[in-house]
Amino acid sequence: MITKKVNGVQEALQGVKSGMTMMLGGFGLSGIPENAIAELVRLNVNELTCISNNAGVDDFGLGLLLQKHQIKKMVSSYVGENAEFERQMLSGELDVELIPQGTLAERCRAAQGGFPAFYTPAGYGTEVAEGKETREFHGKMYVLEYAFDADFAFIKAWKGDAAGNLIFKGTARNFNPNMCGAAKITVAEVEELVPVGTLDPNQIHIPGIFVQRIFQGENYEKRIEQRTVRQKP
Amino acid sequence: MALDKNQIAQRIAQEVKNGYYVNLGIGIPTLVANYVRNDIEVEFQSENGVLGMGPFPYEGEEDADIINAGKQTITTLPGASFFDSATSFSMIRGKHVDLTILGAMEVADNGDIANWKIPGKMVKGMGGAMDLVASAENIIVAMMHTNKAGESKLLSTCSLPLTGVGCVKKIVTNLAVLEVTPDGFLLLERAPEVSIETIKNATEGKLIIPDHVPEMNL
Repeated sequence: MITKKVNGVQEALQGVKSGMTMMLGGFGLSGIPENAIAELVRLNVNELTCISNNAGVDDFGLGLLLQKHQIKKMVSSYVGENAEFERQMLSGELDVELIPQGTLAERCRAAQGGFPAFYTPAGYGTEVAEGKETREFHGKMYVLEYAFDADFAFIKAWKGDAAGNLIFKGTARNFNPNMCGAAKITVAEVEELVPVGTLDPNQIHIPGIFVQRIFQGENYEKRIEQRTVRQKP
Repeated sequence: MALDKNQIAQRIAQEVKNGYYVNLGIGIPTLVANYVRNDIEVEFQSENGVLGMGPFPYEGEEDADIINAGKQTITTLPGASFFDSATSFSMIRGKHVDLTILGAMEVADNGDIANWKIPGKMVKGMGGAMDLVASAENIIVAMMHTNKAGESKLLSTCSLPLTGVGCVKKIVTNLAVLEVTPDGFLLLERAPEVSIETIKNATEGKLIIPDHVPEMNL
Protein backbone atom coordinates (compact mmCIF):
# COMPACT_ATOMS: atom_id res chain seq x y z
CA MET A 1 0.00 0.00 0.00
CA ILE A 2 1.13 3.54 -0.69
CA THR A 3 0.24 5.92 2.11
CA LYS A 4 -1.37 9.24 1.24
CA LYS A 5 -2.32 10.21 4.76
CA VAL A 6 -1.08 13.53 6.07
CA ASN A 7 -1.52 14.99 9.54
CA GLY A 8 -4.17 17.59 9.08
CA VAL A 9 -5.01 20.43 6.80
CA GLN A 10 -1.78 22.43 7.21
CA GLU A 11 0.37 19.60 5.92
CA ALA A 12 -2.22 18.86 3.22
CA LEU A 13 -1.94 22.36 1.78
CA GLN A 14 1.85 22.60 1.74
CA GLY A 15 3.04 24.13 -1.51
CA VAL A 16 -0.04 26.27 -2.04
CA LYS A 17 1.00 29.69 -3.33
CA SER A 18 -0.57 32.91 -4.49
CA GLY A 19 -1.46 32.97 -8.17
CA MET A 20 -2.22 29.25 -8.38
CA THR A 21 -5.21 27.62 -10.07
CA MET A 22 -7.42 25.59 -7.73
CA MET A 23 -10.26 23.18 -8.34
CA LEU A 24 -12.79 22.96 -5.52
CA GLY A 25 -15.50 20.32 -5.35
CA GLY A 26 -19.09 20.93 -4.32
CA PHE A 27 -22.49 21.92 -5.69
CA GLY A 28 -23.89 24.89 -3.84
CA LEU A 29 -22.67 24.27 -0.30
CA SER A 30 -23.04 20.50 -0.59
CA GLY A 31 -19.79 18.55 -0.64
CA ILE A 32 -17.47 21.56 -0.42
CA PRO A 33 -13.97 21.12 1.08
CA GLU A 34 -14.68 23.17 4.20
CA ASN A 35 -11.32 22.51 5.87
CA ALA A 36 -9.24 23.36 2.80
CA ILE A 37 -11.18 26.61 2.27
CA ALA A 38 -10.60 27.62 5.90
CA GLU A 39 -6.89 26.92 5.51
CA LEU A 40 -6.69 28.94 2.26
CA VAL A 41 -8.19 31.84 4.21
CA ARG A 42 -5.65 31.36 7.02
CA LEU A 43 -2.72 31.14 4.58
CA ASN A 44 -3.94 34.40 3.04
CA VAL A 45 -2.81 33.38 -0.44
CA ASN A 46 -4.31 35.57 -3.14
CA GLU A 47 -4.62 36.09 -6.89
CA LEU A 48 -6.19 32.63 -7.03
CA THR A 49 -8.06 31.22 -10.00
CA CYS A 50 -10.83 29.01 -8.62
CA ILE A 51 -12.62 26.39 -10.68
CA SER A 52 -15.82 25.49 -8.85
CA ASN A 53 -19.42 25.09 -9.98
CA ASN A 54 -20.60 27.83 -7.61
CA ALA A 55 -19.02 30.60 -5.57
CA GLY A 56 -20.50 29.91 -2.15
CA VAL A 57 -22.66 32.34 -0.21
CA ASP A 58 -21.53 35.58 1.43
CA ASP A 59 -20.28 34.04 4.66
CA PHE A 60 -19.60 30.42 3.76
CA GLY A 61 -17.82 28.29 1.19
CA LEU A 62 -15.85 30.24 -1.41
CA GLY A 63 -17.57 33.37 -0.10
CA LEU A 64 -14.97 33.30 2.70
CA LEU A 65 -12.17 33.69 0.15
CA LEU A 66 -14.09 36.39 -1.72
CA GLN A 67 -14.54 38.39 1.50
CA LYS A 68 -10.75 38.59 1.79
CA HIS A 69 -10.25 39.36 -1.91
CA GLN A 70 -8.15 36.26 -2.42
CA ILE A 71 -9.77 35.24 -5.71
CA LYS A 72 -8.69 36.85 -8.97
CA LYS A 73 -10.81 34.71 -11.27
CA MET A 74 -13.76 32.33 -10.90
CA VAL A 75 -14.63 29.64 -13.42
CA SER A 76 -18.17 28.50 -12.63
CA SER A 77 -21.53 27.63 -14.15
CA TYR A 78 -23.77 29.47 -11.69
CA VAL A 79 -22.87 32.19 -9.23
CA GLY A 80 -26.10 33.52 -7.70
CA GLU A 81 -26.77 33.83 -3.96
CA ASN A 82 -23.68 35.91 -3.20
CA ALA A 83 -23.86 39.71 -2.87
CA GLU A 84 -20.11 40.22 -2.35
CA PHE A 85 -19.43 38.19 -5.47
CA GLU A 86 -21.81 40.40 -7.42
CA ARG A 87 -20.18 43.56 -6.09
CA GLN A 88 -16.65 42.40 -7.01
CA MET A 89 -17.79 41.20 -10.42
CA LEU A 90 -19.58 44.45 -11.30
CA SER A 91 -16.69 46.59 -10.05
CA GLY A 92 -14.26 44.62 -12.21
CA GLU A 93 -12.18 43.38 -9.25
CA LEU A 94 -13.11 39.81 -10.04
CA ASP A 95 -12.81 38.11 -13.41
CA VAL A 96 -15.62 35.60 -14.02
CA GLU A 97 -15.80 32.94 -16.71
CA LEU A 98 -19.22 31.31 -16.89
CA ILE A 99 -19.34 27.97 -18.66
CA PRO A 100 -22.03 25.30 -19.05
CA GLN A 101 -22.18 22.92 -16.10
CA GLY A 102 -21.64 19.79 -18.17
CA THR A 103 -18.66 21.40 -19.87
CA LEU A 104 -17.21 22.27 -16.46
CA ALA A 105 -17.55 18.66 -15.33
CA GLU A 106 -16.13 17.29 -18.57
CA ARG A 107 -13.14 19.67 -18.54
CA CYS A 108 -12.32 18.18 -15.13
CA ARG A 109 -12.84 14.61 -16.31
CA ALA A 110 -10.73 15.26 -19.43
CA ALA A 111 -7.85 16.50 -17.27
CA GLN A 112 -8.26 13.44 -15.04
CA GLY A 113 -8.34 11.04 -17.95
CA GLY A 114 -5.65 12.46 -20.22
CA PHE A 115 -7.78 14.04 -22.93
CA PRO A 116 -6.44 17.46 -23.99
CA ALA A 117 -9.81 18.57 -25.37
CA PHE A 118 -13.22 17.34 -26.49
CA TYR A 119 -16.19 18.43 -28.57
CA THR A 120 -19.50 19.20 -26.90
CA PRO A 121 -22.79 20.45 -28.34
CA ALA A 122 -23.34 22.69 -25.28
CA GLY A 123 -23.14 26.39 -26.08
CA TYR A 124 -22.98 26.06 -29.86
CA GLY A 125 -24.48 29.18 -31.46
CA THR A 126 -24.24 31.13 -28.19
CA GLU A 127 -21.68 33.60 -26.85
CA VAL A 128 -20.04 30.71 -24.96
CA ALA A 129 -18.75 29.40 -28.31
CA GLU A 130 -17.40 32.76 -29.51
CA GLY A 131 -13.79 32.44 -30.64
CA LYS A 132 -13.80 28.68 -30.17
CA GLU A 133 -13.22 26.00 -32.77
CA THR A 134 -16.43 24.34 -33.97
CA ARG A 135 -16.91 21.23 -36.05
CA GLU A 136 -19.74 19.25 -37.58
CA PHE A 137 -20.24 15.58 -36.74
CA HIS A 138 -23.12 13.66 -38.30
CA GLY A 139 -24.91 16.87 -39.24
CA LYS A 140 -24.73 18.52 -35.82
CA MET A 141 -22.39 21.28 -34.66
CA TYR A 142 -20.04 20.96 -31.70
CA VAL A 143 -17.67 23.26 -29.80
CA LEU A 144 -14.07 22.36 -28.89
CA GLU A 145 -13.41 22.71 -25.17
CA TYR A 146 -10.09 22.14 -23.40
CA ALA A 147 -9.15 20.15 -20.32
CA PHE A 148 -8.44 22.24 -17.23
CA ASP A 149 -4.87 22.74 -16.07
CA ALA A 150 -4.89 23.22 -12.29
CA ASP A 151 -2.25 23.17 -9.56
CA PHE A 152 -4.41 21.78 -6.77
CA ALA A 153 -7.77 20.00 -6.53
CA PHE A 154 -9.46 20.28 -3.12
CA ILE A 155 -12.14 17.70 -2.74
CA LYS A 156 -14.39 16.45 0.03
CA ALA A 157 -15.47 12.85 0.51
CA TRP A 158 -17.54 11.02 3.10
CA LYS A 159 -15.18 8.16 3.91
CA GLY A 160 -11.63 7.45 2.93
CA ASP A 161 -8.56 5.48 3.98
CA ALA A 162 -4.82 6.12 4.14
CA ALA A 163 -4.43 4.63 0.64
CA GLY A 164 -6.49 7.56 -0.64
CA ASN A 165 -9.54 5.48 -1.57
CA LEU A 166 -12.74 7.49 -1.38
CA ILE A 167 -16.47 7.02 -0.96
CA PHE A 168 -18.93 9.88 -1.37
CA LYS A 169 -22.40 10.37 0.09
CA GLY A 170 -25.56 11.48 -1.70
CA THR A 171 -25.39 14.50 -3.95
CA ALA A 172 -22.32 15.72 -2.02
CA ARG A 173 -20.52 13.62 -4.62
CA ASN A 174 -21.13 16.06 -7.53
CA PHE A 175 -17.86 17.43 -9.00
CA ASN A 176 -15.60 15.87 -6.35
CA PRO A 177 -14.83 12.57 -8.13
CA ASN A 178 -14.28 14.38 -11.46
CA MET A 179 -11.68 16.67 -9.89
CA CYS A 180 -9.69 13.83 -8.32
CA GLY A 181 -6.49 13.42 -10.31
CA ALA A 182 -7.45 16.37 -12.52
CA ALA A 183 -4.86 18.72 -10.96
CA LYS A 184 -1.16 18.32 -10.23
CA ILE A 185 -1.95 17.59 -6.58
CA THR A 186 -5.30 16.30 -5.31
CA VAL A 187 -6.02 16.89 -1.64
CA ALA A 188 -8.93 14.93 -0.20
CA GLU A 189 -10.55 15.72 3.12
CA VAL A 190 -12.93 13.17 4.59
CA GLU A 191 -15.54 13.14 7.30
CA GLU A 192 -14.30 9.75 8.38
CA LEU A 193 -10.80 8.41 7.82
CA VAL A 194 -11.18 4.66 8.37
CA PRO A 195 -8.44 2.03 8.87
CA VAL A 196 -7.06 0.56 5.65
CA GLY A 197 -8.86 -2.64 4.78
CA THR A 198 -12.25 -1.66 6.18
CA LEU A 199 -13.60 -0.15 2.95
CA ASP A 200 -14.96 -2.81 0.60
CA PRO A 201 -12.91 -2.55 -2.64
CA ASN A 202 -16.16 -3.16 -4.55
CA GLN A 203 -17.65 0.01 -3.12
CA ILE A 204 -14.77 2.47 -3.72
CA HIS A 205 -15.88 5.44 -5.85
CA ILE A 206 -12.38 6.86 -6.41
CA PRO A 207 -9.27 4.67 -6.19
CA GLY A 208 -6.36 6.13 -4.21
CA ILE A 209 -4.16 6.53 -7.29
CA PHE A 210 -6.05 9.77 -8.07
CA VAL A 211 -5.31 11.23 -4.63
CA GLN A 212 -1.95 12.56 -3.41
CA ARG A 213 -2.91 13.66 0.12
CA ILE A 214 -5.75 12.68 2.41
CA PHE A 215 -6.64 13.87 5.89
CA GLN A 216 -9.36 13.60 8.50
CA GLY A 217 -11.42 16.78 8.27
CA GLU A 218 -12.75 18.57 11.35
CA ASN A 219 -15.77 20.57 12.48
CA TYR A 220 -17.95 20.13 9.42
CA GLU A 221 -20.82 22.60 9.39
CA LYS A 222 -22.46 21.16 6.25
CA ARG A 223 -24.74 24.17 5.93
CA ILE A 224 -28.03 23.74 4.07
CA GLU A 225 -28.63 26.46 1.47
CA GLN A 226 -32.37 25.96 0.86
CA ARG A 227 -34.10 24.10 3.66
CA THR A 228 -37.28 22.74 2.11
CA VAL A 229 -39.56 20.42 4.04
CA ARG A 230 -43.10 19.11 4.02
CA GLN A 231 -45.44 18.60 6.94
CA LYS A 232 -45.89 15.14 8.37
CA PRO A 233 -49.37 13.87 7.55
CA MET B 1 -59.30 31.90 -18.80
CA ALA B 2 -55.52 32.04 -18.97
CA LEU B 3 -53.81 29.32 -16.95
CA ASP B 4 -51.97 29.91 -13.72
CA LYS B 5 -48.53 28.40 -13.11
CA ASN B 6 -49.93 25.26 -11.54
CA GLN B 7 -52.25 24.71 -14.51
CA ILE B 8 -49.35 25.12 -16.93
CA ALA B 9 -47.54 22.43 -14.95
CA GLN B 10 -50.69 20.29 -14.99
CA ARG B 11 -50.92 20.50 -18.78
CA ILE B 12 -47.21 19.71 -19.24
CA ALA B 13 -47.58 16.68 -16.97
CA GLN B 14 -49.74 15.14 -19.73
CA GLU B 15 -46.61 15.04 -21.91
CA VAL B 16 -44.79 12.83 -19.39
CA LYS B 17 -45.13 9.24 -20.58
CA ASN B 18 -44.61 5.85 -19.01
CA GLY B 19 -40.91 4.92 -18.81
CA TYR B 20 -39.60 8.48 -19.14
CA TYR B 21 -36.52 9.83 -17.39
CA VAL B 22 -37.28 13.52 -16.94
CA ASN B 23 -35.16 16.56 -16.07
CA LEU B 24 -37.11 19.42 -14.53
CA GLY B 25 -35.80 22.97 -14.49
CA ILE B 26 -36.36 25.49 -11.72
CA GLY B 27 -39.69 27.35 -11.44
CA ILE B 28 -42.88 26.13 -13.16
CA PRO B 29 -41.15 22.91 -14.36
CA THR B 30 -40.57 21.83 -10.73
CA LEU B 31 -44.36 21.88 -10.23
CA VAL B 32 -44.85 19.31 -13.01
CA ALA B 33 -43.84 16.50 -10.63
CA ASN B 34 -47.00 17.20 -8.60
CA TYR B 35 -49.29 16.38 -11.54
CA VAL B 36 -47.71 13.30 -13.15
CA ARG B 37 -50.13 10.36 -13.19
CA ASN B 38 -49.25 7.89 -10.47
CA ASP B 39 -50.08 4.85 -12.60
CA ILE B 40 -47.02 5.37 -14.82
CA GLU B 41 -43.32 4.77 -14.14
CA VAL B 42 -41.28 7.99 -14.28
CA GLU B 43 -37.95 8.96 -12.74
CA PHE B 44 -36.83 12.53 -12.17
CA GLN B 45 -33.18 13.40 -12.76
CA SER B 46 -31.46 16.30 -11.07
CA GLU B 47 -28.26 17.46 -12.75
CA ASN B 48 -26.31 17.71 -9.50
CA GLY B 49 -26.29 13.92 -9.40
CA VAL B 50 -29.48 12.09 -8.49
CA LEU B 51 -31.94 9.95 -10.39
CA GLY B 52 -35.16 8.98 -8.65
CA MET B 53 -35.85 12.23 -6.80
CA GLY B 54 -38.68 12.15 -4.30
CA PRO B 55 -40.59 14.88 -2.44
CA PHE B 56 -39.17 17.30 0.12
CA PRO B 57 -38.20 15.62 3.41
CA TYR B 58 -40.32 15.78 6.54
CA GLU B 59 -39.23 18.44 8.97
CA GLY B 60 -36.22 17.21 10.95
CA GLU B 61 -35.22 14.72 8.25
CA GLU B 62 -33.34 17.16 6.00
CA ASP B 63 -29.89 15.99 4.90
CA ALA B 64 -27.28 18.54 3.71
CA ASP B 65 -25.87 15.80 1.48
CA ILE B 66 -29.13 15.23 -0.44
CA ILE B 67 -30.24 18.25 -2.46
CA ASN B 68 -31.60 19.07 -5.93
CA ALA B 69 -30.26 21.43 -8.59
CA GLY B 70 -32.04 24.32 -6.84
CA LYS B 71 -30.02 23.47 -3.69
CA GLN B 72 -33.24 22.46 -1.93
CA THR B 73 -33.27 19.51 0.46
CA ILE B 74 -35.01 16.51 -1.12
CA THR B 75 -35.57 12.79 -0.59
CA THR B 76 -35.02 9.84 -2.89
CA LEU B 77 -37.44 7.11 -3.90
CA PRO B 78 -36.77 3.34 -3.96
CA GLY B 79 -34.56 2.60 -6.98
CA ALA B 80 -32.81 5.96 -6.81
CA SER B 81 -29.09 6.44 -7.52
CA PHE B 82 -26.42 9.07 -6.95
CA PHE B 83 -23.60 9.86 -9.36
CA ASP B 84 -20.95 12.45 -10.16
CA SER B 85 -21.48 15.56 -12.31
CA ALA B 86 -19.72 14.21 -15.40
CA THR B 87 -21.92 11.10 -15.32
CA SER B 88 -24.97 13.29 -14.83
CA PHE B 89 -24.19 15.24 -17.99
CA SER B 90 -23.40 12.01 -19.84
CA MET B 91 -27.03 11.14 -19.17
CA ILE B 92 -28.05 14.53 -20.56
CA ARG B 93 -25.71 14.95 -23.54
CA GLY B 94 -25.90 11.23 -24.33
CA LYS B 95 -29.68 11.55 -24.81
CA HIS B 96 -30.50 9.07 -22.05
CA VAL B 97 -32.87 11.59 -20.48
CA ASP B 98 -36.15 11.42 -22.42
CA LEU B 99 -37.69 14.77 -21.62
CA THR B 100 -36.39 18.14 -20.49
CA ILE B 101 -38.80 20.74 -19.16
CA LEU B 102 -37.45 24.21 -18.56
CA GLY B 103 -38.43 27.84 -18.33
CA ALA B 104 -37.48 30.57 -20.81
CA MET B 105 -37.32 34.33 -21.17
CA GLU B 106 -37.77 34.13 -24.95
CA VAL B 107 -38.35 31.47 -27.61
CA ALA B 108 -38.06 32.12 -31.35
CA ASP B 109 -40.21 30.50 -34.03
CA ASN B 110 -37.13 28.56 -35.25
CA GLY B 111 -36.73 26.91 -31.82
CA ASP B 112 -33.99 29.19 -30.45
CA ILE B 113 -34.20 29.76 -26.71
CA ALA B 114 -32.88 32.50 -24.40
CA ASN B 115 -33.09 31.96 -20.67
CA TRP B 116 -29.82 32.78 -18.93
CA LYS B 117 -28.74 36.35 -19.39
CA ILE B 118 -30.14 39.87 -19.54
CA PRO B 119 -27.40 42.27 -20.66
CA GLY B 120 -26.78 44.99 -18.10
CA LYS B 121 -28.24 42.95 -15.26
CA MET B 122 -26.41 40.62 -12.89
CA VAL B 123 -25.60 37.43 -14.74
CA LYS B 124 -25.85 34.38 -12.54
CA GLY B 125 -24.85 31.83 -15.15
CA MET B 126 -26.34 29.15 -17.32
CA GLY B 127 -25.90 26.26 -14.90
CA GLY B 128 -26.81 23.13 -16.85
CA ALA B 129 -29.25 24.81 -19.24
CA MET B 130 -26.92 24.97 -22.25
CA ASP B 131 -26.03 21.28 -21.95
CA LEU B 132 -29.69 20.38 -21.62
CA VAL B 133 -30.97 22.34 -24.60
CA ALA B 134 -28.05 21.36 -26.84
CA SER B 135 -28.70 17.67 -26.42
CA ALA B 136 -32.25 16.80 -25.43
CA GLU B 137 -34.43 15.42 -28.23
CA ASN B 138 -37.56 16.42 -26.46
CA ILE B 139 -37.61 19.88 -24.89
CA ILE B 140 -40.76 21.50 -23.56
CA VAL B 141 -40.66 25.12 -22.47
CA ALA B 142 -42.94 26.23 -19.67
CA MET B 143 -43.48 29.98 -19.53
CA MET B 144 -45.92 32.85 -19.57
CA HIS B 145 -46.88 33.93 -23.09
CA THR B 146 -45.89 37.56 -22.43
CA ASN B 147 -43.44 39.25 -20.05
CA LYS B 148 -44.32 41.59 -17.20
CA ALA B 149 -44.41 44.54 -19.64
CA GLY B 150 -46.99 42.64 -21.72
CA GLU B 151 -44.57 41.97 -24.58
CA SER B 152 -44.59 38.65 -26.40
CA LYS B 153 -42.03 36.03 -25.37
CA LEU B 154 -42.71 34.06 -28.58
CA LEU B 155 -40.66 35.92 -31.14
CA SER B 156 -39.41 35.79 -34.71
CA THR B 157 -35.87 36.29 -33.32
CA CYS B 158 -34.68 36.20 -29.73
CA SER B 159 -33.40 39.58 -28.56
CA LEU B 160 -31.55 38.21 -25.52
CA PRO B 161 -28.31 36.17 -25.62
CA LEU B 162 -29.12 32.60 -26.66
CA THR B 163 -28.95 29.49 -24.53
CA GLY B 164 -29.31 27.19 -27.53
CA VAL B 165 -30.23 27.23 -31.20
CA GLY B 166 -33.13 25.46 -32.90
CA CYS B 167 -33.79 23.17 -29.98
CA VAL B 168 -37.24 23.84 -28.53
CA LYS B 169 -39.94 21.41 -29.72
CA LYS B 170 -42.97 22.40 -27.70
CA ILE B 171 -44.11 25.34 -25.59
CA VAL B 172 -46.84 25.44 -23.00
CA THR B 173 -47.85 28.93 -21.90
CA ASN B 174 -50.69 30.40 -19.89
CA LEU B 175 -52.55 30.87 -23.20
CA ALA B 176 -51.65 27.98 -25.49
CA VAL B 177 -49.80 24.81 -26.43
CA LEU B 178 -47.58 25.34 -29.46
CA GLU B 179 -45.26 23.16 -31.48
CA VAL B 180 -42.15 24.55 -33.16
CA THR B 181 -42.26 23.55 -36.83
CA PRO B 182 -40.06 24.53 -39.81
CA ASP B 183 -42.80 27.04 -40.71
CA GLY B 184 -43.20 28.64 -37.28
CA PHE B 185 -45.26 28.17 -34.11
CA LEU B 186 -48.08 25.73 -34.79
CA LEU B 187 -50.99 26.43 -32.46
CA LEU B 188 -52.09 23.06 -31.07
CA GLU B 189 -54.36 23.96 -28.17
CA ARG B 190 -55.67 27.05 -26.45
CA ALA B 191 -56.37 27.61 -22.77
CA PRO B 192 -60.03 27.27 -21.82
CA GLU B 193 -62.09 30.22 -23.10
CA VAL B 194 -59.02 31.97 -24.55
CA SER B 195 -59.68 33.18 -28.07
CA ILE B 196 -57.41 32.65 -31.04
CA GLU B 197 -57.36 36.42 -31.42
CA THR B 198 -55.86 36.79 -27.92
CA ILE B 199 -53.14 34.26 -28.74
CA LYS B 200 -52.45 35.92 -32.07
CA ASN B 201 -52.04 39.32 -30.43
CA ALA B 202 -49.69 37.90 -27.81
CA THR B 203 -47.46 36.11 -30.34
CA GLU B 204 -44.87 38.19 -32.19
CA GLY B 205 -43.28 35.24 -34.04
CA LYS B 206 -44.86 33.44 -36.98
CA LEU B 207 -48.04 31.68 -35.85
CA ILE B 208 -49.73 28.92 -37.83
CA ILE B 209 -53.42 28.60 -36.96
CA PRO B 210 -55.13 25.38 -38.04
CA ASP B 211 -58.85 25.35 -38.86
CA HIS B 212 -59.68 23.75 -35.56
CA VAL B 213 -57.82 24.58 -32.33
CA PRO B 214 -59.21 22.60 -29.41
CA GLU B 215 -59.26 23.83 -25.85
CA MET B 216 -56.82 22.22 -23.42
CA ASN B 217 -58.15 19.34 -21.44
CA LEU B 218 -57.00 19.84 -17.85
